[in-house]
Amino acid sequence: MSETKKVLLGPIFSNNPIALQILGICSALAVTSNLKTTVTMCIALTLVTACSSFFISCVRNHIPSSIRIIVQMTIIASLVIVVDQFLKAYAFQTSKQLSVFVGLIITNCIVMGRAEAYAMKNGPVMSFMDGIGNGLGYSAMLLSLGVIRELLGSGKLFGVTILETIADGGWYMPNGLMLLPPSAFFLIGLIIWGLRAVKKEQVEQDEYKIAPNTTGGSAHSHGQ
Amino acid sequence: MEHYLSLFIKAVFIENMALAFFLGMCTFIAVSKKIKTAIGLGVAVIVVQVITVPANNLILNYLLKPGALAWLGFEDVDLTFLGLLSYIGVIAAIVQILEMALDKFMPSLYNALGVFLPLITVNCAIMGASLFMVERDYNFSESVVYGLGAGAGWALAIVLLAGIRERLKYSDVPDGLKGLGITFITVGLMSLGFMSFSGVSL
Repeated sequence: MSETKKVLLGPIFSNNPIALQILGICSALAVTSNLKTTVTMCIALTLVTACSSFFISCVRNHIPSSIRIIVQMTIIASLVIVVDQFLKAYAFQTSKQLSVFVGLIITNCIVMGRAEAYAMKNGPVMSFMDGIGNGLGYSAMLLSLGVIRELLGSGKLFGVTILETIADGGWYMPNGLMLLPPSAFFLIGLIIWGLRAVKKEQVEQDEYKIAPNTTGGSAHSHGQ
Repeated sequence: MEHYLSLFIKAVFIENMALAFFLGMCTFIAVSKKIKTAIGLGVAVIVVQVITVPANNLILNYLLKPGALAWLGFEDVDLTFLGLLSYIGVIAAIVQILEMALDKFMPSLYNALGVFLPLITVNCAIMGASLFMVERDYNFSESVVYGLGAGAGWALAIVLLAGIRERLKYSDVPDGLKGLGITFITVGLMSLGFMSFSGVSL
C-alpha cells in the first residue's frame, strides 16, 4: 500500500516531472493562458500516460528491445488519436484552441519517459498508478500556472469574473503580460525557485565558484 | 517568390518554434550548455525539418485526405484520423534512414551530430512543424519553405541561448535559481525580445 502511495504521490512534490526532471515543458507553457484548455490538457495527458504505461507494461515481456521505441510510439500514438477524436467530437471549441498540442502529447517526454523508465520494468497495475501519479504531478504544475495566468491576466477563472476589470467598470487593472508567452517562462522559473527554497536538496551545484574576497582585496583595487 | 520569402521570415522570427510556441523545449533546455553542441543539434533539426515536413505533406495529400485515395479506386475514404500515427512513423523512419545514410556517405557529419540524431525523433518541434503544416493547409512548395524556416528559427534560438548560458555560468545566481530556474527566466527574456518581431508585417 505504501508503495502505491509513493508511486502515486511522489511525482507531485518531491519528484515533479516538470520542475525537477525537465520533462514535458512544451505543452506546459503553451496551453496555460486559460484554465479551460489547461484542465482539458491535464486530463488528456494523465489518461494517456496512465493507459500507455498500462498497455506497454502488459506487453513488455514480448517486445524485442531493438524495436521497443517504435512499439511504444505506436501504442502512445493510438491512444492520442483516441483522445484527439474524442475531443473533436465532444469539445470541438476546446480542441480548436488546443490546436496542435493534443497531437504533441505523442512527443511529450513524460509519456515516453515513464514508459521507458518504469513501465518496461514493472507490472501493469503499478505502471498504471505511476502513470496517474506523473500525470498528476504535471497537472499540479499546469493548474498552478493556469490559475495565476488567467486570474492576473484577465481577472477570471474558468471564464467567470473574479476580479472586476477596469474595462467592465471594476477596479482591477489586468496584467496583459500574463497572457503572453514569456510570462509562462518567468512563472515556471519562479515556481522552481520557490520549490527549491523549501527543498534544499534539489538545488544544483555551481560549475564555477566565485573565489571568496580575500582580506584587503577591496582596499587594493582602490589603490589602482 | 515574395510569398515564400515572407513565409520563411515569419517561420524564423515571428512564429519562432522555440520562443513563441514552446516546442522542443526539453532538448532546448537540456542541450544548450555549450555553443558547439547547440550548433550541431540546430543543423540536425534543420535537415530533418526540411525532409519530414514535405514528406508528411505528400502523405497527407496523396494518402490521407478525403478523396485522396481516388487513384486506388476508393473515392470516399477519409483516413485523416490516422494522421498522428503516420506522421510520427514517418519522422522516426526518416531519422533512422538519415542516420544510416550519413553513417555510410558522410561519416564526418555523422560523427559531428552524434547522439543528437536519434534524439530528434522525440523533439516536439519536428512533430509540431508537421502538425502546423496540416492545420494551415500548406501546399508542397510552401511546406518545404516552412520546414526550412521552422528548423532555422529553432536552431537560431538554441544557439543564442547556448551563447547566453556559456556566459551565465560565471555569474553569481541565488541558490534556488541555479541551473534550471535562471535558464527559464533567460528564455523568458529572449522570448520577450522575439515578440518585438510580431509587429513586423509582411
